[in-house]
Amino acid sequence: MTKRASDVSVSPPRRRSKYTIAPLVLIAANVVLFSLFFVWPAVIGLVYSFTNYTGVGAFQFVGLDNYQNLFGDSVFYDALARTLLYTVLVVPLNFVLSLLIANLVVSKQAKGASVARVVFFIPWLISPIVVGVLWRWLFGENFGLINYVIEKLGGNAIPWQSNADLSLGVVVMAGAWWGTAFSMLLFIAAIKNVPVSYYEAASLDGAGPWRQFISITLPSIAPTSFIVILLNTINAMKEYPLFLALNNGGPGTSNNLLVQYIYQTGFKTGQIGYASAASFVLMLILMAVAIIQLIVNRRMENR
Amino acid sequence: MTTTDTPRPVKADSVRALSKRRPRGGGGGGLRRAVPATTLLWILACLYGLPVLWFVLSSFKPAGDLFSLPLTVLPHDPTLSGYKAAWDSANFSQYFINTTIVCVITTILTVGASCCTGYALAKYDNKWLKVFFIGILATTMLPSEVMLAPEFLVVRDLGLYNSFSGIILPAVLTATGCFMFRQFFLTVPDELVEAARIDGARELSIFLRIMVPISRPIMLTLAILSFQWRWNDYIWPLLMLNDPDKFTVQIGIQSLVGAQNINWSVLLGGSVISMIPLILVFLVFQRYVMSADINAGLKD
Repeated sequence: MTKRASDVSVSPPRRRSKYTIAPLVLIAANVVLFSLFFVWPAVIGLVYSFTNYTGVGAFQFVGLDNYQNLFGDSVFYDALARTLLYTVLVVPLNFVLSLLIANLVVSKQAKGASVARVVFFIPWLISPIVVGVLWRWLFGENFGLINYVIEKLGGNAIPWQSNADLSLGVVVMAGAWWGTAFSMLLFIAAIKNVPVSYYEAASLDGAGPWRQFISITLPSIAPTSFIVILLNTINAMKEYPLFLALNNGGPGTSNNLLVQYIYQTGFKTGQIGYASAASFVLMLILMAVAIIQLIVNRRMENR
Repeated sequence: MTTTDTPRPVKADSVRALSKRRPRGGGGGGLRRAVPATTLLWILACLYGLPVLWFVLSSFKPAGDLFSLPLTVLPHDPTLSGYKAAWDSANFSQYFINTTIVCVITTILTVGASCCTGYALAKYDNKWLKVFFIGILATTMLPSEVMLAPEFLVVRDLGLYNSFSGIILPAVLTATGCFMFRQFFLTVPDELVEAARIDGARELSIFLRIMVPISRPIMLTLAILSFQWRWNDYIWPLLMLNDPDKFTVQIGIQSLVGAQNINWSVLLGGSVISMIPLILVFLVFQRYVMSADINAGLKD
């Protein structure tokens, strides 16, 4: 069949537009799902965000009240600030760790890389709920392994659970630990695609490994870095199960995050309209983040 | 570094080439470079592996030993009592069956729908397809977690509340899956499609008889990813299900954490049980995941 293809000397346009039914049949299932579970919820969510809908019965349009209340709601601000802080901490940590590990795993010098790769991969198989349980077990104040080791070494037990910032710190570590495998996979694929000849030329010119990393590896994997940062930012902004299982947003409500806030106002107190407004604020932030990153990425590519 | 590490800088590249071909051998320079990299790699590997190891080892300790000081790494007298208690107390067998049903059906549907859509996006040129492609892109910006309340209402109004379909159907369309197949089919030469057309094959039979079989590696990779996402899903199943007989494993685990006084013995056992299926799937299909040249746009 491939032989025939080469026989066709009249090269047809690479893709033809005369086919309409076949592609429509092929995408039909996803179009239906997209309309039902994406477009429809998005539209009614936007509509509800201007109402006082509680999920049942009649509702009234209240204009921008929900949004105004939202910006006067200190609980929402706290959740937003905590979400942004978590994102700003976990994304760079994840980036550095996964890039470092990907380089080590690919490096010819490191022995046992294929075994180590499996070790790095295992956290990714564990569900966020169990990751939360695991780190809670590790960082228990009175019983955890970490505090036990610290006390054995002569230090004082650290209040991992009762101090809000330390509590967030544990979730950041857990989040980075959990997310490394996935970013690592993307980086490994990207690093392997960098032509070896670049490195050979550079080492002829006397560039050391660090210089090679800065001048060759980093620029070559820039598109992947962009994707890794973007995906990790989106995922961090909507993190919830990890917090739920690790400290339940605690101590108290100090580590309640945006999705938890949406969940609580929407489903615990039945303020669907209010929760929808919060959802749209989150969506606008996510879009802003994505657009900023896209612009930065373009700038860097054009330079 | 190459020049400083090797005694004769002039032949730096040849030494490098040699040590690359035989990583274990090489001169003193190769060894000196291997030590720091290997050490760093294994320090990190220990940091990543130890939490899981400690967790799993602890799960074999009898409930009374969990907090007895001094803490010991290996259980004195290993027992499965935590596992047994978890399995009995939390109706785990039912949760396992439920989760398996949901994961398998969602995965099959996801792979099928993504393969069709990815092929259409890669091999047909049509402005509606472009619009739909942008739509799929948008789903990565506005994930379902962000639209919990309205999406819940839609699924409820469709009559899918408290049913497995309510968990399965919204999860079938994934941008990642469509991207993976699109990228793959872009690398398949158009001439292959053209030749089949000249042979008189109809569009859909070209897809089913030529394209589907050659995309098997992508199918497997996406199947593993999809299975992992759905096995580990928490918030959506929690919202969708109120009948305890339909709960999934993750809801079962979280319900053990929810109690005021955590029974760690049961929780550790239950957590390790919940990890086993994915570890098994991973071990069987490891090489597909590890070698996956996963392309841009991945998300769940």
